[in-house]
Amino acid sequence: MKLGVAFRSALEALIANPLRSFLTMLGIMIGVASVMAMMAISEGAAKQVDDQIASLGASNLTIAPGASRRGPRSGGASSDQPFTDADVELIRQEPFVTAVAARNSGSVTVISGQDNWSTSLYGTNTDYFITQSLSVAEGRFFDDREVSSGAAVAIIGKTVADSLFEGTNPVGQTIRANNVPLEIIGVLESRGASAGPGGDRDDVIIVPINTARNRITGGNPTVAKYVNDMEVGIADGYDMTDAQEQLEARLREIRRIAPGGADDFRVFNIADFIRARSSTQATFGVLLAFTAAVSLIVGGVGVMNIMLVSVTERTREIGLRMAVGARGIDILGQFLAEALALCLLGGVIGSALGVGAANLAAKLGEFPVEISPRIAIIAIGASALIGLFFGFFPARQAARLNPIEALRHE
Amino acid sequence: MPAGTPPIITCRDLTKVYRMGTQEVFALRGVNLDFTEGEMTAIMGPSGSGKSTLMNMIGALDVPTSGELTIKGRPLSKLSRDELADLRNETIGFVFQQFNLLHRASALANVKLPLLYSRKPVEDANARARECLEMVGLGDRMDHRPMQLSGGQQQRVAIARALACQPSILLADEPTGALDTKTSEGIMDLLTGLSTDGITVILVTHEDEVAAYASRQIHFRDGKVERDERKSA
Repeated sequence: MKLGVAFRSALEALIANPLRSFLTMLGIMIGVASVMAMMAISEGAAKQVDDQIASLGASNLTIAPGASRRGPRSGGASSDQPFTDADVELIRQEPFVTAVAARNSGSVTVISGQDNWSTSLYGTNTDYFITQSLSVAEGRFFDDREVSSGAAVAIIGKTVADSLFEGTNPVGQTIRANNVPLEIIGVLESRGASAGPGGDRDDVIIVPINTARNRITGGNPTVAKYVNDMEVGIADGYDMTDAQEQLEARLREIRRIAPGGADDFRVFNIADFIRARSSTQATFGVLLAFTAAVSLIVGGVGVMNIMLVSVTERTREIGLRMAVGARGIDILGQFLAEALALCLLGGVIGSALGVGAANLAAKLGEFPVEISPRIAIIAIGASALIGLFFGFFPARQAARLNPIEALRHE
Repeated sequence: MPAGTPPIITCRDLTKVYRMGTQEVFALRGVNLDFTEGEMTAIMGPSGSGKSTLMNMIGALDVPTSGELTIKGRPLSKLSRDELADLRNETIGFVFQQFNLLHRASALANVKLPLLYSRKPVEDANARARECLEMVGLGDRMDHRPMQLSGGQQQRVAIARALACQPSILLADEPTGALDTKTSEGIMDLLTGLSTDGITVILVTHEDEVAAYASRQIHFRDGKVERDERKSA
């Protein structure tokens, strides 16, 4: 029997029992929909991480004091020997280094008139604008002269500007950060929210590093011109691992660590940490998708169950078809086509539901979702495979019936 | 029987034993029969005498416990499952007492069914099915479903279906068993006509009026041929 004929008679058989066909399909539909939704959410998360890494600058390395603890510290001074401006200048001399942003960070409360706002403050130098690819929406950056003199100027992020100045232009106005008056000279271009460290990357104040350590966050009593950490821009095309190793070697020299002695600093690629953390997210996503796949398999078992019932119910019909000349393979094809049609239809409807569910999740839970046709093809393909797999046993049972016994079946 | 013509069907020592628990039940006990091409035969006998069992074997639906059955010179025991399916499709047409039509399908679709399974290329299955329905006098009922047809009309659809692949043997197991006398006459006239056209018709019945249409009557009792009579021409 031709394939088209087999599929048409399969569809006719499914339409003959609409409620049963729908209920059988429901299992597949739910399975496919949940696989789709889970994959859309997990791909959305992965894409967000990629965007985040791209925005952080994949070609930056961070240098922080402290031994062997992995990962960026949550902030605050370290008990280890801190870096100083002199170290920054030494690192800047490495040929593969394009920029070294010294960075002292802290939390401050900013006051403007009656309004106040808690935010993160970064004291840094002009290289920071390069490593972070910053640009100003209003006003200007501070310059090297202002950095060394510790000028009372600040650049604020959009969230801070909106909170304190609501619509009016903040440039030229004065704010007080921990009671230190600062003139706003620029507002940063919005960089948007991020799931990464810092959360809202527009909720920030940037001041010259000397201004920060001399007047706002307070100095380090033991070390003048101390630097919390450094963000090092690496030349385009330079191998990040090589750069990391060379920086480590150079820092051991600078800090006079004897061969065999443990490093009292760390050099790391912040993108690696985001990737590492996102890989747990990805694992979680895969786990969710796997759970959803289990429901798809349960749906498949439902299909098998209903196909077995259908074969039993239609034993006489099978006997008759054999009596008029159907071979085993014809009967097998007929029932396989039915299972396949059920699952394909369920897969297509389920995909549509899955897209809807993912969009709903995106709206309600503010997840980023990424719906690619690839996922839909995988989901529908998987349901087709389920149809073939779980349809095969009942179909084979039908094909192996003895014609005369099938005909006599009541 | 014209001498020299080989029989289209031969039965040699056919036995069929069913095992019912520890008991063995003999449905057939050594049946030897030949059927000539174009002959119309009625097989009679009380229920359980083995006549339906023999029909199912000739129809390649059932296999004997021992003995050999040949159709058109081909011993059935040597054929595979698929070859038997093809034999049922191409050579044999089967008409059942309970019609066995597909309820969801139209008369035309029912008649077309064997053509869908045919290994020989069928030029136009629809045209052939229409032709067969016209042959049995149902040219104006093609799109009716079985439920919309009378019993006699349903049996005509079943006969049209049996004829679809131009079989040389037509087997009818109590074809009038579910029909009234007047309708039965119509069906029997139709079968007699097919026999006159050269198709070998074998029918099982326990009604003498039905058997009277046949030129040969075989009586079964206890799985054996009791009487085998030909009408004198």
